[in-house]
Amino acid sequence: MHEMGIVLHLAKTLDQTAAEEKLSRISKVTLQVGEVSGIITDLFVDAWNYFKPRHPVLADSELVLEEIPAVTWCDSCKSKYETVRYGRTCPYCGSGETWLLQGNECVIKEIEAE
Amino acid sequence: MKIIKLGEKITAANDREAEALRQRLKEKGILLINLMSAAGSGKTTLLSRIIKDMKETRIGVMEADIASDVDAVRIEALGARAIQVHTNGMCHMDAGMTAEAVDALGDDELDLIFLENVGNLICPAEYDTGAGKKLMILSVPEGDDKPLKYPLMFMESDALVISKMDAREFFPFDMEAFTDRVRILNPDIKIFPVSAKTGEGMEALEGWLSEALEEWRS
Repeated sequence: MHEMGIVLHLAKTLDQTAAEEKLSRISKVTLQVGEVSGIITDLFVDAWNYFKPRHPVLADSELVLEEIPAVTWCDSCKSKYETVRYGRTCPYCGSGETWLLQGNECVIKEIEAE
Repeated sequence: MKIIKLGEKITAANDREAEALRQRLKEKGILLINLMSAAGSGKTTLLSRIIKDMKETRIGVMEADIASDVDAVRIEALGARAIQVHTNGMCHMDAGMTAEAVDALGDDELDLIFLENVGNLICPAEYDTGAGKKLMILSVPEGDDKPLKYPLMFMESDALVISKMDAREFFPFDMEAFTDRVRILNPDIKIFPVSAKTGEGMEALEGWLSEALEEWRS
């Protein structure tokens, strides 16, 4: 259900881009998806395949998902670590004063179109 | 064939619609508040109390749910303007749906509009609805660990209501640990412990709403 909503918004953004850039066909869409963005890739592809034929400009479009690893910054000891492995607590100093640097993105990197 | 570098958020189209709605409401002097929480946290009960207490403020309510109209009926019974919005299975409200809902509610002669989002601590936090302020509720029975599980909601909200304070003695809710967890995620968030039943804390929350409206109009 969650993925369906995201794909719906993606299709809307692409439709607008196609109209602005006067594109008749988008053949490839490359997305950057963060490791902790909450998107389940399989469900996302299913939802994409459902919506694709419903948007003429996307009908033959290929979807490419690039994963961005999640990295957290520790404000106490000024170090970086893998978010998924250690969560919110810094593995070096045990501090909870940590911030996600990257990994929750959901960005349209580029499209191939004519 | 050409390659277009976008680097745009997936929700870019939604974000543009949200900004347009925010500007439209700003020009009309109406503050739209996106009210978010889990199901059963007391959103409608809190709104009922606010409507009764803030009689000088003209309040409209848009009740978003996957189905049913029980919430809108409760709000209308208090004399406030209300509509029910069905999301047709979607787990959140987006800007397009919110703009349509505002049209259906009517934006004349109103000061505050509450969008009671779908009961869910996850998806509603991810979509800009065009609201001027985001208010979330966490009820005492839900537990003090929720900022650890659903950080985005706490990061995105301008203010947090801790509801059902009247039930605090029955639940092992560690207020200090909870507020520490929230402040790490969002140092600027305003926190209001309230009970819509006894009225505890309501004055502070309603004061914040009035100030937010004044600020929105200045």
